[in-house]
Amino acid sequence: MSTPTLWLTILGAGAVTFALRFSFVLLLGRVGIPSFLERALRYVPAAVLTAVVIPLLFYAEGALDLSLDNGRLVAGVVAALICWRTRSVPLTLIGGMATLWTLQAVGIGA
Amino acid sequence: MTTTANKLKGIHLPKTTPPAAAAFVSGARAIVPVLFALLPFGLAFGATATGNGFSPIESLGMSVFVAAGAAQLAAVQLISGGASVAVVVVTVLVINLRFMLYGASLAPHFRSLPLWWKSLLSYHLTDQAYAATITRFDAGETEEPDKRWYYLGTGLAIWTTWQVATMMGVFLGAWVSEGWSLDFVLPLVFIALVVPAVKDRTTGIAALAAGVASVFATALPLNLGLIGAALIGVLAVLATETLTGRSKR
Repeated sequence: MSTPTLWLTILGAGAVTFALRFSFVLLLGRVGIPSFLERALRYVPAAVLTAVVIPLLFYAEGALDLSLDNGRLVAGVVAALICWRTRSVPLTLIGGMATLWTLQAVGIGA
Repeated sequence: MTTTANKLKGIHLPKTTPPAAAAFVSGARAIVPVLFALLPFGLAFGATATGNGFSPIESLGMSVFVAAGAAQLAAVQLISGGASVAVVVVTVLVINLRFMLYGASLAPHFRSLPLWWKSLLSYHLTDQAYAATITRFDAGETEEPDKRWYYLGTGLAIWTTWQVATMMGVFLGAWVSEGWSLDFVLPLVFIALVVPAVKDRTTGIAALAAGVASVFATALPLNLGLIGAALIGVLAVLATETLTGRSKR
């Protein structure tokens, strides 16, 4: 790809990304939010964030792995428990990484 | 004469700190742990772009204009594989479709803002900024006019870290993150953000349905599984509410 084409690609990718980010903020600011949509939107954070996390843990090595050999899944569950009890982001990160490193040290997971 | 309002102001904040600045700082401060997770990701992008023949200014340009990690990595792979402009742009579009969902979710909170604020905050809409602010905003813990400043503090801290990490990756390579599994910090950050979002029975149903769906939906290409699973989660709660009747809420 030549330099001008590359910049065209970067700017094009940036423009569509901004359009996606801005679209609903602009639209729902103008027309107001229908009540069914407002109800649905309440559940978006829990749903979308879970859908981000689960594949990262279950498919840690590229293939579905639900066994205890999946160190990332085990460490993720430990981190979730820590977060649930403490509500602390630093403790969750430290606990999760410490669990993963410990499991790796004893030869479980990659 | 001192009014009651002035007295209250004096109690809550020292006179030297305007509320906007205080909100900005607390937004930036709250995101600090997440920034550690962003570093290895940004390093990986900078190193990958450089490894594929991008100049430093082109790598940084992508981090400034696109500002979305997963899409940037995919774009670099496609460009180095000889893909056309259209293929790259459409791929980025599909990978970033989730931003529409985030935008819809944040829209009620930005509704009263002037257009330039809406566009500024929209530019800073990322997985991390969304996840770190939405639970707080939905719970009513921050109210306007502090909301915009809180969100901007969060967004700007993420933005700055992303640019710095990109540059570090360009010049240092990704060796820093090798061997320590630091990429695992990213899932951990999302765990720390999702747990508070699941706060009652209905949000629990949404999370459970979306989580189960996401295991199967990962087979879908281009991150489409994420949106599909999220929609299934939301629909599952709405269906449950309809079937059981609103009285149980």
